[in-house]
Amino acid sequence: MKAYILKRLLSIIPVLLIVAVIVFFIIHLIPGDPASVILGEEATPEDVQTLREELGLNLPIYEQFIHWFAGIFQGDFGNSIYMNMPVLEAFVSHIGPTLSLALLAQSISIIIAIPLGVIAAKRRGTNVDQLFMIIAMLGLSIPSFLLALLLMLIFGVNLQWLPVAGYSPVSTGLWSHLQFMILPAISLGAIQAAVISRMSRSSMIDILSMNYIKTAKAKGVKDRVVVYKHALRNAFIPILTILGETFGSLITGAVVTETVFNLPGIGQLVINAIVRRDYAVIQGTILLIAFSYLLLNLIIDLLYGLVDPRIRLSRK
Amino acid sequence: MRLMTSEVKLRDEVGIGNFKVMKNKLRSEQRRLFVRRFWANKSAVIGSIMLLFLSVFALFSPLVSQFSPLEIDPLNRLDSPNGTHWFGTDNFGRDLFSRVASGAQVSIGVGFSVAILTAVIGMIIGLYSAYYSVLDHILMRICDALMAFPDILLAVAIMAVLGPQPINVVIAVTISKIPSLARIVRSSALVIKEQTYIEAMQAQGASSGRIIWRHIVPNILSPLIVQLTYVFAVAIILEAALSFLGAGIPAPDPSWGNILFDGKVVIFSAWWMTVFPGIFIILTVLGLNLFGDGLRDLLDPHSNKANK
Repeated sequence: MKAYILKRLLSIIPVLLIVAVIVFFIIHLIPGDPASVILGEEATPEDVQTLREELGLNLPIYEQFIHWFAGIFQGDFGNSIYMNMPVLEAFVSHIGPTLSLALLAQSISIIIAIPLGVIAAKRRGTNVDQLFMIIAMLGLSIPSFLLALLLMLIFGVNLQWLPVAGYSPVSTGLWSHLQFMILPAISLGAIQAAVISRMSRSSMIDILSMNYIKTAKAKGVKDRVVVYKHALRNAFIPILTILGETFGSLITGAVVTETVFNLPGIGQLVINAIVRRDYAVIQGTILLIAFSYLLLNLIIDLLYGLVDPRIRLSRK
Repeated sequence: MRLMTSEVKLRDEVGIGNFKVMKNKLRSEQRRLFVRRFWANKSAVIGSIMLLFLSVFALFSPLVSQFSPLEIDPLNRLDSPNGTHWFGTDNFGRDLFSRVASGAQVSIGVGFSVAILTAVIGMIIGLYSAYYSVLDHILMRICDALMAFPDILLAVAIMAVLGPQPINVVIAVTISKIPSLARIVRSSALVIKEQTYIEAMQAQGASSGRIIWRHIVPNILSPLIVQLTYVFAVAIILEAALSFLGAGIPAPDPSWGNILFDGKVVIFSAWWMTVFPGIFIILTVLGLNLFGDGLRDLLDPHSNKANK
């Protein structure tokens, strides 16, 4: 297992490097000189030149890259020109709402989706199954930001049950936090729920047709035990994969959902940074998101090994 | 001419003389069978009806509407839906029906171009990395790296580089969708590559270009076509999201995403600006997803017994 973990860890290093290169060069291709953007229209060419030197923008691009990349290893992602703070600090101060949103959405989707998928698989071909799958198909076809707008229209504007937009951190009380998070989390979790329920259904159907399930039933094991103990554990592997793969899209979705509900999360940080041409923030944030996505996939890969020993052995 | 296994058997039975006639009969019989299975497949039928309706709507409603999508009418700002303005008017008094219709052309156009471009480039990358293992290492690491970015952020960053133009929306969305398609093509091509008949071709000295394009491509086409309907759907969503964030189709040209963006500001007074473009986005994506699911069942009967 140790050798396996080490191998997987080493294998993401080249990917991390390519990610860094891509981020750096895309950002530096953005037209417009950040120094003149910062100083505004009235700045003299001399002032702009001084600031360029201060920011290191006068150096050749590969030197800038090496400088930036070396900094990352020391936890230095550069400084935000606008917010006057290190990028890492800005990232950390915005991660709260995004993480809370993503985790809430993920929990909502798991709580709804896995039972739905299992029930649909058990009652395969019945009306219940068809109804669930139609709902899942609908959920899959509504982009989260659109669902967000529609929920906002129904529950915020018409019924006025929940606030339309805004944010209050957990420290001000759980309820006032949740009040602002419910609509964003549902709109973000819906697609997720649709994907997971479809996946759990088909994976349960596959497993339920296996011989060892038939054997268990023939032995007289109770139906509930067969489904939840024998089948579900094996059905979990593809479900886990989907959870990992879609957690990335959850963060993606969070970016847009945050803008809809004015949540001060990572999405807002990046979008504002792009508007302001705050190079360091765009680079650092996108890089950190990509890194966490890769790490998350790694963790999920390693989790497979725990759930299913066969994988651990075969991948040695 | 490539013959199917059933056709080879037929040729051996009836002799080469009668074969041509019989082959045409067989092929038309297979076509008829496919049409019948298509009509029996609910998702495929419902999906194609929805897509047909949308295409007709996108093509012909500009002819029906008496208003230009860009015509500003300050006296009739935010009119609710009525006899003259079927979908109401927006915050500039522009007719929402013609804006949604013209947005349909933009969104469907962007989605379609993305699907085609992604298919071509993704297929080339996937095929060659499946065939040459050196290329595989390099290309797949780049794909891994690109897939580590949330697609919307990658697209927003690329839009910041290229500037807000419809063609750039196509480029940005295509770049963020190529890696996953290339991976799918690669994994299906890898399976085909291991087959005995490919080995036989190599032993006979067929060039790699011929093997790839004449013998691998036809066998990966059906999963590719199915994936394309999904790429199409995702492209529609991404375009809408980009325009909603203000990084997509630039105002005043309408797209479903930027109508929603305008609508968000007036969500308290004008529900129609959110609901109508929203319905069309959902219809399009739902239609494409249903069509894709149906197509998957039709083209590959083995793949999804579970989803029947």
